[in-house]
Amino acid sequence: MREQQLFQSRVIACAIAVLLLTGALVGRLVQLQVVDTRHFAELSEGNRIRTAPLSPTRGLIFDRNGLLVAENVPTWQLVAVPEEIDDLDGVLNELQQLDLLAGADREELMRLVRSRHGFERVTLGNLSESQAARFAVRRHRFPGIDIQEGLVRYYPFGNAVAHAVGYVGSISTDDLETIDRGEYAATSQIGKTGIERRYESILHGAVGYRQQEVNAQGRVLLDPVAAEAGDSQRGLLMRWPTPGKHLILSFDMRLQLAGARAMQTLRGAAVAIDPRNGDLLALVSTPAFDPNRFAAGLSRDDFVALSTDPDNPLFNRALAGRYPPGSTIKPMLGLAALHHESVIPHEDHYCGGHFSLPGSTHRYRDWRPEGHGPMNLHSAIVESCDVYFYQLAVELGIDNLGMSLKAFGFGSETGLDISGEVAGLVPSREWKRQRFSNPSDQVWFPGETVIAGIGQGYTQVTPLQLAHAAAALAARGKRFRPRLLVATEDAVGGGYEQIEPVELAAVPVDDESHWQIVQDAMIGVTNEPRGSGRTAMLGTPYTVAGKTGTAQVFSVGQDEEYDEETVDERLRDHGLYLAFAPAEAPEIAVAVVVENGGGGARSAAPVARAILDAWFETENDGAGYD
Amino acid sequence: MALATTDDWGPNQQRPIRSLLSGDLRLNVDPVLLLTILAISGMGFVVLYSAVGESGSLLLRQAVRCAAGLCAFLVMAQIPPRYLRVWSPWLFCGVFGLLLLVMIDGEVGKGAQRWLSLGIVSFQPSELMKLAVPLMVAWFMHDRPLPPTLSQLSVLLMIVLVPAMLIARQPDLGTALLVVAAGGLTILLTGISKRMIGGVTLAGLICAPIAWQFMLDYQRARVLTFLNPESDPLGAGYNIIQSKIAIGSGGVFGKGWLNGTQAHLEFLPERSTDFIFAVMAEEFGLMGVLLLLAGYLVLVGRGLYIAIDAQDTFTRLLAGSLSLTFFVYVFVNAGMVSGLLPIVGVPLPLVSAGGTSMVTLMAGFGMLAAISGHRKLLAQ
Repeated sequence: MREQQLFQSRVIACAIAVLLLTGALVGRLVQLQVVDTRHFAELSEGNRIRTAPLSPTRGLIFDRNGLLVAENVPTWQLVAVPEEIDDLDGVLNELQQLDLLAGADREELMRLVRSRHGFERVTLGNLSESQAARFAVRRHRFPGIDIQEGLVRYYPFGNAVAHAVGYVGSISTDDLETIDRGEYAATSQIGKTGIERRYESILHGAVGYRQQEVNAQGRVLLDPVAAEAGDSQRGLLMRWPTPGKHLILSFDMRLQLAGARAMQTLRGAAVAIDPRNGDLLALVSTPAFDPNRFAAGLSRDDFVALSTDPDNPLFNRALAGRYPPGSTIKPMLGLAALHHESVIPHEDHYCGGHFSLPGSTHRYRDWRPEGHGPMNLHSAIVESCDVYFYQLAVELGIDNLGMSLKAFGFGSETGLDISGEVAGLVPSREWKRQRFSNPSDQVWFPGETVIAGIGQGYTQVTPLQLAHAAAALAARGKRFRPRLLVATEDAVGGGYEQIEPVELAAVPVDDESHWQIVQDAMIGVTNEPRGSGRTAMLGTPYTVAGKTGTAQVFSVGQDEEYDEETVDERLRDHGLYLAFAPAEAPEIAVAVVVENGGGGARSAAPVARAILDAWFETENDGAGYD
Repeated sequence: MALATTDDWGPNQQRPIRSLLSGDLRLNVDPVLLLTILAISGMGFVVLYSAVGESGSLLLRQAVRCAAGLCAFLVMAQIPPRYLRVWSPWLFCGVFGLLLLVMIDGEVGKGAQRWLSLGIVSFQPSELMKLAVPLMVAWFMHDRPLPPTLSQLSVLLMIVLVPAMLIARQPDLGTALLVVAAGGLTILLTGISKRMIGGVTLAGLICAPIAWQFMLDYQRARVLTFLNPESDPLGAGYNIIQSKIAIGSGGVFGKGWLNGTQAHLEFLPERSTDFIFAVMAEEFGLMGVLLLLAGYLVLVGRGLYIAIDAQDTFTRLLAGSLSLTFFVYVFVNAGMVSGLLPIVGVPLPLVSAGGTSMVTLMAGFGMLAAISGHRKLLAQ
């Protein structure tokens, strides 16, 4: 049969190939084992040289003034050499009985030790001085387990920088998936969140190697690292590790601390931005946690306790907290109305304490039940008149309203250089159509436009977005991508690399004078007698332009009264405040959100004041706090 | 349990599977295959005992894996090839589905998404692909005249390359290459013309730079280190240098069992798995490894003989590709350890510790035994 012949010829050809390749292999073996065997025997005889990796020192992190916010401190580490351990389970049990593993996750440790191999040493955890001593006297009982000196990350400011800098932790099996194992052969910690994670590749550096001379039992005889200067190193090769680069961050520890202190007992977030370049001057989210606990090795129980805490300290509210913006968006909407010619700035509208859509009896209430009287754009922002903005939103229409908020960066991530940011939400007809499946829910109701005018309803923003928008208001529409990293510096040699700010699309306006109208109104908020944000900013030697906001957490019925005393604490209004200063040449823009803090003027504005004072370095004499 | 040879079946001509069902427990095994496999595994145990530092518990674990492999062999050997042929497309689709599943929801093992957890056991679907791809290729050609036309060839290439690309993305370059080898060899055996071989090779060469783009950093580093191991004696080149020293210093007769200094002083990396060939070469010398290679050649030769003797296109292609793929494993591992080939994570068949590959390998030999037994039955 022709097919069979064809197949047979192929098999024979393959068989010949098999023989040829085997021949090549045998030839290679003969070359190694017969021709060059003496050479290799000598190498093997003299093979008392073992290669061990050297860990690079992690780069340090500084604030904008050169203050150290993340450093490395010496510690004792318990390490395992997987190759030398027979009964891993038993060894871990014994270590646990000696209380050397704290509450570490056993299963994860087992997986970790098993997933590493060869010469890689696995760090089981950090030891205190007394733990190290306890192990040292029992070391002979633990082949394959050793203690070594190491460096562990330390954050001198603890909680205050937790959400800005992030933290490092032990390398997990998940991390091993994404890293070059050779590069991390001697490294025990890796950035888990925030800056530590985002710039891991810069901070980590490059691994080094050293050759050690060992005897026939494998004991180290000569180590070039330990060798005294002048000692013979007998040609041992060595490649020093390249330390990671230092990071210089944009934030100012004074502001960071002032914000953290002012928010100590509060839940919420405060973000300060330099409107001239997008530098983040402060990024506070409270409650926070101590990143040093992660760096030192957090037990499983402690981690569970942290992650199930009802106040959610691990949650970065500044980046991922979604809040209704409340009245803080009134300046932006005022600008939009001017741009779309929906309002005439100096024309008065009468505020009688409530607003109704034409042909409807539903009353949208003003926060001041008796009303504000005649209001123009300026006074409506100053006094935060709701009725004026209900009207304005209706005139503007939801589409223009949404577009103008997006121009300020709402509804999308700002692009800050740490992960975890959320986009928030700027509602539109289109969004509602897609969001809801029930056709009756897909319709956009006119009433939803009304409440969007005072930042209620579907609209959700993050504190970072608010600060970003405040900076855009301060810079008259100029926008920069918010950033934390401003420069990197080589650990040796002092090479310095500045990172240029990135400018984003500006907020469009037809007439530059519109900015003046809105900024003047914001100055009025803190400086005019009827300004809603006046008390907290009394006596500042710098001019503050601000805007208060109060966001409802739940809606009060048509005929009910909102009474703070009777409402559950978690359902109380969120307080918001945004500001920039000095108003005439802005250097700093701030946004503060205090969860369930009540009105923004009372809860959030003092936090903003503390941060502004820290920036302008004035002593707070207590004015504005009652 | 007596291991009956196929010749013992006598005139009743019962199919093995029916004989199993009727309680007549006569097993179909190919004695040449089975004895050679047992001999090689035996050598493997001896070397492994030295490589793992004389640890009994690790050896026991390997014994359990061997037993599992033996079960796979015996079960597969009882299944008539025509059943296998009918199942082939389903098996291929099933494994392909598992592969997709792993991509979406794989358990993470050794830095890559390739494990699927099934309660107590977890396994790598990519490992099954090594069998499923040649089965599928053989099935596709079983009722078509050989050699395949150009359009048939392109279908065959898809069958091979699509799963291979999925596996390469896991990322598991070693297994992906072996799947390509298994499928490619089956295609080669279909008797495609020299022009087609040339064309496919040329296309492969053109694609190489594109593949380079898709490689991960550590995969590129391996290739670069292979080209010049001495360039990085402290880093990645270390493994190759140490393994060459181990082999070379073994000489003709070796340093003796348990006396390999390279292995016992821990200069040799991965000595119980990928680099176990070097341990053998160090302790048993050229003589030892020649004996091992001879054993492998017996297996490959027996497999090719079964292929030539097989009665239809499906069994012919399957037997041929299983034998040749097995040789590829041996050659790639020995070649990598002795510095002929780059370091690809391929264990030495039947000898290296661990590896889900033990089961698939033995299942493959089981298929070979089934093909050989089936032919005998027909011949009578």
